Amino acid sequence: MSTPYAKLPAWADYGLIPVINLLVAFVVAGFVVLLVGENPFRAAAVLVEGAFGRGQGIAFTLFYATTFIFSGLSVAVAAHCGLFNIGGEGQGYIAGLGIGIVCLAFDSVLPWWLTFPIAIIAAAAMGALWALIPAYLQAKRGSHIVITTIMFNFIAASVMVRALVGYLKPPASMAPQTRTFLEGAQLPKLNWVIELFGAKIRSAPFNISFLLALAMAFLVWVLIWRTRLGYEMRTYGHSSKAARYAGISETRIIIIAMMISGALAGMMALNPTMGDQHNVALEFVSGAGFVGIAVALMGRLHPVGIVLAAILFGMLYQGGAELAFEMPAISRDMIVIIQGLVILFAGALEHMFRPYVQALFASLSPRSVGMEAVKGKGA
Amino acid sequence: MDLFNAVIQVLDSTIRLSVPLLLACLAGLYSERAGIFDIGLEGKMLVGAFAGAAAASVFHSAYLGLGMAILISVAFALVHGFASITHRGNQIVSGVAINFIAAGSTIMLGQAWFQQGGRTPALSSDERFGAIIWPGADALRSVPILGPIYSELISGHSVLVYVAFLAVPFTWWVLFRTRFGLRMRAVGENPAAVDTAGISVAWLRYRALICTGVLTGIAGAYLSMVQNGGFVKDMTAGKGYIALAALIFAKWKPVNAMFACLLFGFLDALSIRLQGTPLPLIGKVPVQLMQALPYILTVILLAGFIGKAIPPRAGGVPYVKER
Repeated sequence: MSTPYAKLPAWADYGLIPVINLLVAFVVAGFVVLLVGENPFRAAAVLVEGAFGRGQGIAFTLFYATTFIFSGLSVAVAAHCGLFNIGGEGQGYIAGLGIGIVCLAFDSVLPWWLTFPIAIIAAAAMGALWALIPAYLQAKRGSHIVITTIMFNFIAASVMVRALVGYLKPPASMAPQTRTFLEGAQLPKLNWVIELFGAKIRSAPFNISFLLALAMAFLVWVLIWRTRLGYEMRTYGHSSKAARYAGISETRIIIIAMMISGALAGMMALNPTMGDQHNVALEFVSGAGFVGIAVALMGRLHPVGIVLAAILFGMLYQGGAELAFEMPAISRDMIVIIQGLVILFAGALEHMFRPYVQALFASLSPRSVGMEAVKGKGA
Repeated sequence: MDLFNAVIQVLDSTIRLSVPLLLACLAGLYSERAGIFDIGLEGKMLVGAFAGAAAASVFHSAYLGLGMAILISVAFALVHGFASITHRGNQIVSGVAINFIAAGSTIMLGQAWFQQGGRTPALSSDERFGAIIWPGADALRSVPILGPIYSELISGHSVLVYVAFLAVPFTWWVLFRTRFGLRMRAVGENPAAVDTAGISVAWLRYRALICTGVLTGIAGAYLSMVQNGGFVKDMTAGKGYIALAALIFAKWKPVNAMFACLLFGFLDALSIRLQGTPLPLIGKVPVQLMQALPYILTVILLAGFIGKAIPPRAGGVPYVKER
């Protein structure tokens, strides 16, 4: 790359480049649709219609988005500290254990507004605990956080099977899941908010944990950009050497960042368990922790971007379900492909188009990329 | 004698279960020794398995299936290379992306082409790799001790099993006795030195990734065309990650890799065998504990409690030529 990395205007950096990356991902996905013999434009129309066409669709879109906001924030907090937490899946899954115990214990005695905070604390604590061990091993023993968190995903899966089959399921039942939670552990729906705008909703699991997700997005913004701790985390993320020189404790910052990340991943378990299924079942996270990686990369690690990207992925999940219904050749797994393509183009190949965009900006107006126009030689 | 037969059976299934791990583990060895982290082993195996079974059932040839498995798997490896070598993207992110694309596209294309819920049609015996019976295996079966060992353990596997175990000394030879191997190890430790010697870092790393793709392709073909008579969705079921764990366990050495994969395969075979049966002294071991054991062992090893696993020094760092 002979062109120097000139600065782009902020709107191009945070708006244009992600949009280009996203478009390319969708174009490639369109080719996959062509490959199975369907019309990509009609597929896209069905997808958008399914996600936003009716109130029902919007509610489902926001329901999926809730989980993805948590998992996206989880990835982002760790990433600001230069850590790749790929263990959101396991941290969210294990948090289901905490939620299950709290809900089974309190759902018959407490109202939901008392069970919910206790469950939040339990979920966050379990998630943080599951992130603590890899964090400690990274900080103290130098073991690679990516590998340990992957391993902990699998260990979490085994632990949860053991816990559900051995302890949490009712003795008489064969299915490896807890009994259905009573009223005291069912989160109230937010569907009425959408119905205010005149839409009709039959039943959708869109619930109050969406507000918790938005609150967490705000708190993450405060943490990262408005507190001393966040500053230390970003410093460590940019340069661990500089952080050490500035007297920031490496062990402390890694462990704190990973525990916050794990706690956010843990909270993602609230939405599907207390908000939707009203039980804790096997595999209830179903890949949402990994979607967080795509969401965080798309949202460029900023809470506002993450909320938008989460809604986009919620749309893909909801619209994708409709799409699978309308076009039999396209299954729901189309979303997994799109997810992979978004991670590829917005993550691994994020700089692919940057030189071209820079060259374009430089030729249109040199000043916009921070270069002085060369006098007398033409621009 | 019953105990002896049981041991032989467990060891036999150990070999069968460790072959895909071994192939994937050696695949990871090439790329990681060249300084490219590859958590996309899982995805490359999966596309290999799908492409192999699909091509074998369409063209009615096991070898065409294997060829297609390798081809597609190498193509995915090259995508990883394009992102992480040419564009210096994050290697972990690229690997994650490949796993997702593989998981989604195999199911979707399988459903669209064959309409069997993401499966490929069941393969007939000439579309699969059959067992090779070694000379005299049947005649020697009745000989005590040595007979079963020869006819069950050594003979009677498919050609890919022997390929996998021959790949171990071959990889050792490539790595430690050829110029390519020396340069590949160097590029994983200190790419700047290789560059100074006038050798292209990018081309070397691309070649290592092609080796990775070939081996993951064979691993995938083994899953769908030997172990199973066709492709089933998500049939790799985390084997790519176990292979990664085995690679760390083996400290990035080929012969160690074989033993690590045999150990993990043995744990798997044992957990299938012991389901529900209590052990003397220990009592009943939960099957989930056995399943989690490879991961737990890897974490303990990574923590430096059983020796220290030191990865290639330049691993995960994109190489930027000085300007």
